[in-house]
Amino acid sequence: MDQLLEYLIAFFLVVSGVFGIVGSYGLIKLDNPMSRLHAPTKATTLGVGGVLIASIVHSILAEGRMSLHELLITLFLFLTAPITANFIAKVHIHRNETPQSLPSAGEDQNWATLAPDPAPTSDESTTP
Amino acid sequence: MISYALYFAFTCFGAALLMNLWKIMTGTGIGDRVLALDTMVINAIALLVLYGLSLGTEIYFEAVMIIAMLGFVSTVAYARFLLRGNIIE
Repeated sequence: MDQLLEYLIAFFLVVSGVFGIVGSYGLIKLDNPMSRLHAPTKATTLGVGGVLIASIVHSILAEGRMSLHELLITLFLFLTAPITANFIAKVHIHRNETPQSLPSAGEDQNWATLAPDPAPTSDESTTP
Repeated sequence: MISYALYFAFTCFGAALLMNLWKIMTGTGIGDRVLALDTMVINAIALLVLYGLSLGTEIYFEAVMIIAMLGFVSTVAYARFLLRGNIIE
């Protein structure tokens, strides 16, 4: 059983190391700012998740009980990575792109972050 | 067995940190640099967890949690400053 757990920890460590280095290598290697956004926010987050799983399994091996507070960090990172990616994409759209240079937004007329402010509703217009 | 895997993971995340530093130095545009800084924070989290795992202690957990929160907040603050010109309106 202990041997199996050791193999499991080593497997997760190796997989997370590969994912981490792939994410950071993609950050230098990819040539488009929008495609550069993919590598760190997906691969690196998954790499950190692998390290934290290895840490959880190691706590089983070392102390005989499962410590689940690493899951807090995993949850936090998995929640915040898309938000930061969204913010950085917005920065790119507003600073480097014009509405004409962006790809088509499909059935909408404009991308949401470039859309004009909606007209004030009736109860907003009555307030002084 | 675990120690070799730990060395491998340390090497990978250390090289990843160096690549992020290189990207911060040579990045084109400010969005790239903010992205590289965010990736550096995530890689630093992974390195700290690995260090705690190699020592067999859990005292680095709080430090990791604080770095994770501050990294998110700082990235959002950077992006907001670039978008709006100020952070707290």
